[in-house]
Amino acid sequence: MVIHVENIQKSFGKQEVLKGIDLDFFEGQIYSILGPNGSGKTTFMKSILGLVKPNNGKIMVGGSDGMKDHEYRSNIGYVPQIARFPENLKVNEVIDLVTSIRKQPSFPQEFVELFQIESFLNQRLKNLSGGTRQKVNLVLALMFKSDILILDEPTTGLDPINTIRLKELLLQLKSEGKTIIVTTHILHLAEELSDDIIFLLEGHVKYHGSTDRLLKLSHTKNLEEAIAAILQGEIDSEEETPVVNIYNRKKNA
Amino acid sequence: MLSVFKYCLFDLLRSRWSIVYTLFYLLSSASLLYFSNSATNAVASLMNIVLFITPLVSLLLGVIYFYQNRDFAELLLAQPIRRSQYFYGNYFGLSLSLVINLLVGFGLPMLFIGNGLQILQELSIVLLAGVMLTLIFSALALLITLRNENRVLGFGYAIVVWLFFAVIYDGLFLILLLWFNDYPLEKFAMIGTVLNPMDLSRVMILLKLDLSALMGFTGASFRQFFGSTAGFFVSLSSALIWITLPLYLLIRKGNTKDF
Amino acid sequence: MMRPLITSFFLLLLTSLYAKEIQLCKSCKVKTLSEAVSSASPHDIIRVKKGIYPTVGVEITKPLSLIGEEGAVLDAEGGAEIITIHSDSVEISGLTLRNVATSYIKDWAAISTDRVKYCKIQNNKIENSFFGVYFRKSSNCEISNNVIIGEAVKEMSSGNAIQLWYCDSMLIENNIVRKHRDGIYFEFVKNSIIRDNYSEGNVRYGLHFMFSDRNRYLANTFENNGSGVAVMYGKEIEMDNNTFINNWGPASFGLLLKEITDGKITSNKFKKNTTGIFGEGASRMIIKNNRFESNGWAMKVLSSCVDNVVSDNDFVSNSFSVFTNSPRNYNEFKRNYWSEYNGYDLDHDGFGDIPHRPVSLFTYIVEQCEPTLLLMRSNFIGLLELAEKAAPSLTPENLVDKQPRMKPLW
Repeated sequence: MVIHVENIQKSFGKQEVLKGIDLDFFEGQIYSILGPNGSGKTTFMKSILGLVKPNNGKIMVGGSDGMKDHEYRSNIGYVPQIARFPENLKVNEVIDLVTSIRKQPSFPQEFVELFQIESFLNQRLKNLSGGTRQKVNLVLALMFKSDILILDEPTTGLDPINTIRLKELLLQLKSEGKTIIVTTHILHLAEELSDDIIFLLEGHVKYHGSTDRLLKLSHTKNLEEAIAAILQGEIDSEEETPVVNIYNRKKNA
Repeated sequence: MLSVFKYCLFDLLRSRWSIVYTLFYLLSSASLLYFSNSATNAVASLMNIVLFITPLVSLLLGVIYFYQNRDFAELLLAQPIRRSQYFYGNYFGLSLSLVINLLVGFGLPMLFIGNGLQILQELSIVLLAGVMLTLIFSALALLITLRNENRVLGFGYAIVVWLFFAVIYDGLFLILLLWFNDYPLEKFAMIGTVLNPMDLSRVMILLKLDLSALMGFTGASFRQFFGSTAGFFVSLSSALIWITLPLYLLIRKGNTKDF
Repeated sequence: MMRPLITSFFLLLLTSLYAKEIQLCKSCKVKTLSEAVSSASPHDIIRVKKGIYPTVGVEITKPLSLIGEEGAVLDAEGGAEIITIHSDSVEISGLTLRNVATSYIKDWAAISTDRVKYCKIQNNKIENSFFGVYFRKSSNCEISNNVIIGEAVKEMSSGNAIQLWYCDSMLIENNIVRKHRDGIYFEFVKNSIIRDNYSEGNVRYGLHFMFSDRNRYLANTFENNGSGVAVMYGKEIEMDNNTFINNWGPASFGLLLKEITDGKITSNKFKKNTTGIFGEGASRMIIKNNRFESNGWAMKVLSSCVDNVVSDNDFVSNSFSVFTNSPRNYNEFKRNYWSEYNGYDLDHDGFGDIPHRPVSLFTYIVEQCEPTLLLMRSNFIGLLELAEKAAPSLTPENLVDKQPRMKPLW
């Protein structure tokens, strides 16, 4: 397994955001993390990246301790939720900056071409539209061809064409064995992308499993209805509880 | 750390405020030096400007800059970089850019002074004090931003910190001195001076300026202390502590902070 | 002043026509000064040849000239006074006199006089002696071009280089006096001129006089004396073109004026003293055209000083310009240049349009509590002074220069 998360708890002051999350992530999978606002999705992702320091628990990425080391992040590409850059820098310069911090070879060209931002390379970031900035965001995460991708609302500001391009790229990367964790509120996208749905509610994993199983359990036709059902507490419990024991999970549904 | 440092440095040097800051020093030092009929007065006025402005600008610019880059910090901190490296890079980028502004704005007129070694020596001490204050208050600015997510609060703290060191401290100091006037106060006065980097700079500069009342007075003990090697080391230690303590605190906070 | 000098000159000229010369040397017939003096006739010349002559207690009771050639040394060898003059018209020049001992009972000097006129002490060197030259109840004499250097360390055990007691119409000119207790000390001296002397490194005062009126002090330099210069109880004195420099210490003054009245202090330079001029009971003085530069306090004027006029001076880069201990001011300050003055001169008459109050609030604070000096030039003090200027409450409102100069005079 690539990422192992064990009993992560995080409170911000008095507010408990993560109340004990246990999850594992494997190669060649796309995981969608869903949940209402404030359920802890972003906090969870940031915990894996070391941006947020959990109060309790264990995070292992590869062999590294995610709460102590920093080298493991050379294997992760991250798209943050808010794409804000220093205004006076040009796109080229940001790419160079991140590359030099990373100390890895980067391949921005193919992704620049993919999202068609060649003409913006020499522009200062303050002059770019929100959508273009998001594309820069994506390039920065993708250009190192990392084994792990963590994407927080990656389609924000993207027009439908580029959303499709991204989706196809992610599917391609999954077949190359990458581990991809995505949060999105676009449920049909999550349906199309993911093998694995993780639904967070109030700091707990309310559901973890395949899309199909969720539909079956909730007796619904699509993810949207399924989510609604979860929120209303209308899941049929079977022999297996909705929070699936990870050791029963097998790869590649 | 080098990459972060370089990026911060150039980012700041290219900004509008950097130019304004440099110009400000350029104009004030040039006009004071050329149009003043008393060299001592000119240097003393320049001292006041540097002591007043340098910490203020370091604090305000620092706080504004770090808050502005808060979101970008998340992107960078998600890279395989030690947090301390990131913060050091930020700190040195900020402080060095401010120091460059100071050196250029202040130093340029110095190159064109004809009238003497003495005044160049005095100005160098003022410059040195400015550099030291920049280093100290940049660290404080970073510390403030790390401890306060609320930008308004952080900005407010910056102003309060500056006010405290620039004005309030001396007011309290004066009250204490007058209140306890019946007791031998010299040691206390000297310690009080060394504890505030702005007061420390001021006294060091004044002594160099040979401002006569400070010399050869009963407080020849002041001159003896500050002029001696012991005094020099105490002052140096104070300055170093003022730089390293905030740095230590901010690194520590930075390491545990949630982004 | 000139007449007695001219007279004595002619007398000497006259007597020298009849004068005979006595050689004093180690290998001459006359081997000691006392022999020479007793064997001389009035108006004779005693020429002292090179050599070291142990000499103590020589009394001169007739007009004589003692002229020393280079290397002529009269050495008291730790003994008492070398030469005491009891006669008029005695001249002593070119000699080196030294090693007169310190006494706690008697004021032994290298050369002293008692009730004489028209004497001249010139071009001598006096070294390591208790008192250098001591004139008592004498008049119309000249002390000039001497170098008097002592080894004084403590005030109690040192004498003064040049001391005059009850003298009149004296000329003290071009001497170098150093390392005694006082460089020049007067008591009850009148109508004399003290000019072009250099008094430096004395334990107490470079110049100290008491009860001495109508003397003129011109172009002297008083430097680095332990307590500076102090003058007390004198009237109608004139101090012009002197330099008071480098006198440091809490009890050291460039010029201390105590009960000095009706005099003139003009064109002097006060530089790098803790206090330039300190006035206590100084009245009706004219202090004009002086330059106060880089002093701690340029002028300290106590409330006992009245009716003085301080005008047309330059106050440049002093830490404090004027201090007074009284909320009222009975002196006049006008047309001075103050380097801290920040006013403007819209009508271009060379004088600022806003009056200048040279006593700052900080001056009072420091007077109350010395360690507050460390707050000099701090922003808080600046704020306090701004407030004080706007609404004066502690500083004397009427100590004001209504016409501050825009440019210095010097």
